[in-house]
Amino acid sequence: MPSIAKPSAAPSGSQTNDLGLTVRDYEGAMSTLCAGCGHDSITAALIRALWELSIQPHRIAKMSGIGCSSKTPTYFASGAHGFNSVHGRMPAVATGAAAANRGLYYIGISGDGDSLSIGLGQMSHAIRRNVRMLYVIENNGVYGLTKGQFSASADVGSKLKKGEENRMAPIDPAFLGLSIGATFVARSFSGDKQQLVPILKAALKHRGLALVDVISPCVTFNDHEGSTKSYLYTRKHERPVAQADLVPPAEEILAPIGAKGVTTIAMHDGSLVRFSALPEGYDPGDRAKVLPYLQEQQAQGLIPTGLLYLDESVPDMHEMNNTTDTPLIQVPFESLCPGSGALEELMEGFR
Amino acid sequence: MPQANTGVNDFAFKLANVNGTGSASANGLLMQAIFRMGIPVSGKNLFPSNIQGLPTWYEIRVNKDGRTSRALDYDLIVAMNAQTYARDIKEVRTGGYLLFDSTWPLDRALRRPDVTFLGVPFAQLCVEHFRESRERILMKNIAYAGSLIALLDIEWSVVEALLQETFGKKKALLESNHKALKLGYDFAKQNFECPLPFRLQRMDANGDKILIDGNTATALGALYAGCTVAAWYPITPATSVMESFKSLCERYRKDPQTGKNNFAILQAEDELAAIGMVIGAGWAGARAFTSTAGPGVSLMNEFLGLAYYAEIPAVLVDVQRVGPSTGMPTRTQQADLLSCAYASHGDTKHILLFPAHPAECFEFSVKSFDLAEKFQTPVILLSDLDIGMNDWVVPRLTWNDDYRPDRGRVLSPEQLEKLAAFHRYSDEDEHFVTPRTLPGFSPKGAYLTRGSGHNRLGGYTELPEEYQAVVDRLAQKHRAAAPFIPPAVIESRRSTRGKGKGRTPFSLVTLGGCDAAVREALDLLSEMGVPGDYMRIRGFPFGAEVETFLNAHDVNYIVEQNRDHQLKSLIALETNVPKEKLRSMLFYGGFPLSAGQVVEGLLSALGKSEGEAARGLGGMPEALSGAEG
Ligand SMILES: Cc1ncc(C[n+]2csc(CCOP(=O)(O)OP(=O)(O)O)c2C)c(N)n1
Ligand code: SF4
Repeated sequence: MPSIAKPSAAPSGSQTNDLGLTVRDYEGAMSTLCAGCGHDSITAALIRALWELSIQPHRIAKMSGIGCSSKTPTYFASGAHGFNSVHGRMPAVATGAAAANRGLYYIGISGDGDSLSIGLGQMSHAIRRNVRMLYVIENNGVYGLTKGQFSASADVGSKLKKGEENRMAPIDPAFLGLSIGATFVARSFSGDKQQLVPILKAALKHRGLALVDVISPCVTFNDHEGSTKSYLYTRKHERPVAQADLVPPAEEILAPIGAKGVTTIAMHDGSLVRFSALPEGYDPGDRAKVLPYLQEQQAQGLIPTGLLYLDESVPDMHEMNNTTDTPLIQVPFESLCPGSGALEELMEGFR
Repeated sequence: MPQANTGVNDFAFKLANVNGTGSASANGLLMQAIFRMGIPVSGKNLFPSNIQGLPTWYEIRVNKDGRTSRALDYDLIVAMNAQTYARDIKEVRTGGYLLFDSTWPLDRALRRPDVTFLGVPFAQLCVEHFRESRERILMKNIAYAGSLIALLDIEWSVVEALLQETFGKKKALLESNHKALKLGYDFAKQNFECPLPFRLQRMDANGDKILIDGNTATALGALYAGCTVAAWYPITPATSVMESFKSLCERYRKDPQTGKNNFAILQAEDELAAIGMVIGAGWAGARAFTSTAGPGVSLMNEFLGLAYYAEIPAVLVDVQRVGPSTGMPTRTQQADLLSCAYASHGDTKHILLFPAHPAECFEFSVKSFDLAEKFQTPVILLSDLDIGMNDWVVPRLTWNDDYRPDRGRVLSPEQLEKLAAFHRYSDEDEHFVTPRTLPGFSPKGAYLTRGSGHNRLGGYTELPEEYQAVVDRLAQKHRAAAPFIPPAVIESRRSTRGKGKGRTPFSLVTLGGCDAAVREALDLLSEMGVPGDYMRIRGFPFGAEVETFLNAHDVNYIVEQNRDHQLKSLIALETNVPKEKLRSMLFYGGFPLSAGQVVEGLLSALGKSEGEAARGLGGMPEALSGAEG
């Protein structure tokens, strides 16, 4: 995919993070997406989140499939390895890479076409496997790269630019994730950086697969009246549900656990996610209540956003497989190969 | 009464059973007992794609000279399946024997005057001596094994030891197996002349050889090569590769301190995901593999193209079965050659390895990992059901502890530090391989892996020259792999003296599991005065020796198990051998090949009957006409 290098001069007076890096250090090549594409705003939020968490860029593995959204890895963390694979198959590649080297931050970027049509199976199974990764769906309701066909997330009645109306029920990634056991489910809006950045930070710290569905208007093919994934429609119908904050491990916890409207969940590395839930009684740790709430909101045409559900208790892929803590690629060959003696012994069993 | 075979350690018999009645353990016991008597033996399981009820056969060929291809000439058939009586009786050779369950009378009309019928009331004996109905069915099989001990002169002590090893701690099972064996044995001793004219006699031909199936040997290769990530989706006949790999890992790959696994075996949701995981793991730096059969390879195509183009090591074991489509899942074929050689759209070419037996499965399995990393590309190990699921007598597998994996060109952070800049697809070595870096080690080695058009620097491109530079290098890289592929095995049956000296009119060329049958056929032909040369191709891209050999012969008959002469096509496409020199000899019904089929095929290709050949063909005809493929 085309990419254009950015001018190298850093803006003066840039703040640095714990690693001494500026936000600029988390940027990638210049985006070649359409001006105003929602995906670019998500990139910006990601850059911010990575910078704020002081993650070493080369400890990041950026994974994607095919689509405008899947081009995103080029546009952030140029110091990270990236893998732009094939359409809909990012989850398998990420799963294999994570199996081989559990020591990296895996960031999978996908589109609604990539994940909800051709890649629905792989996405579902990565969720079931609870692969430790941030899984972003840049959801615009259309296929951008192939010029505007309906995707599986288009709402009933939503219209294409030329007026064609969608009749099939949408696949909602948040519903799907919740129903098959996702341990982290969030939805956000590319235009709401305030909300998105903390969600991404929490997602990066999650022990397991963090599914983040981001409504990301396609300004070229799906940002018009009649589209339910347009900028205006989303702005109007967004309903923040659970405002989340990530509190780093070292910091003192200011909001007492159990305070009214505040829930705190501890992440694997000791950091905390502090929820201030907006609707009365919304508990982001209770799957049984989250689902009906979302359905009820959806019925009214509303788009509930925020970190909707979080469960840190489920083992991730490595725990389920009892894999050694050392990344497999670092286990020395000497302890992998049983050697000639063992083979000789084994051969006796074939006599 | 026609003459029976009187050969010692030279005969074949077949066991006709009903699938799901537990005959596999009885048949395995017989096979192993013969093996332990030091006699060369081979067993072929001809089973249906069904769990219970359909006919299934197991053939055992005993041959003191070490011939292991499938025999189609049965001296004895054990007929335990009434559904197939008619067919089984027909298959006994003249002068042969039929051992059957006489609990039920055998239709008079089926009897043959040239066959001796030996009836043992197996079912009745088992009903009398065993209480549970499942046991009565299972023990019928052990009982016929007992009769065969008497009829073929199998050593009791060998069988005894095998039972001890199998059931050692399960006393009740050991006792009932013993009882059943005795029932069959005693009945045969009391009622028939034992042993039969053909029989077994201890010899020492097996040395320290082993009896092993190809799938287990392949899994052992993956273990020894240091593979840590495996992803798969169940499919016959490849499933046991991963089952073996798993049990080997459980045994050898547990961290002694923590009890944790130094491996990850992922049962994927389908083959698309399985190969995707392998590619992800290979990209991250692990040795990774998947195993599958034809239908799985079809699904993996898109990903194989990605790994080829993005230059990511991946190992794929294809245990071939009969296609097209679902085909015949429990039958054998060599029909995935072309679809593997060129798997995926666009100009794509892969490295293939063709093992002929389990010992090579082990060796080539290790080799696949080395080649995949050395050339940064997928390597496909093409085994098949016959090799993979049947037991073969092969030399003991050995291991050289000096072996270290060939990881190919991977830049370490220290090496990267010394570079002014890193570009993924530049700086190629003499094999046209460019250095890669692994994610997570150094900020300097980061790059974006892509299956879209890229230039030498790794950047996206749509410029013709830039695109072509990369794909041309990939073609060169594929060719450069040829010297690293196991070279073809070449043998001559031709006299180096006298009339035939210096003339090389014909050869038989084959691959994989056809090896044993074709070599045996060449020996038989030699005895008939029709000597030919032999070449077994062991991988793709072809080495220079392949072309030299083919060019040195007027006609090369290419023996393979598929309808569309895929090996011949690949040779025609990938070498400069004139097409007239290549003829096909095809066998693709789904069963392992027998030497007789090859002999017949060649004689008819030469336009000679077996009789004529036996009367002496003398020198070879100048122009060989015959089978066209
Ligand atoms: C096997 C395969 N089929 C079809 C395509 C063509 N294709 C490329 S991107 C795309 C859809 C992308 O849609 P989405 O994931 O929603 O991303 P967006 O472009 O909207 O961000 C399709 C169908 C392909 N690359 N591979
Ligand atoms: S087509 Fe749509 S999704 Fe693609 S870059 Fe343009 S605005 Fe973004």
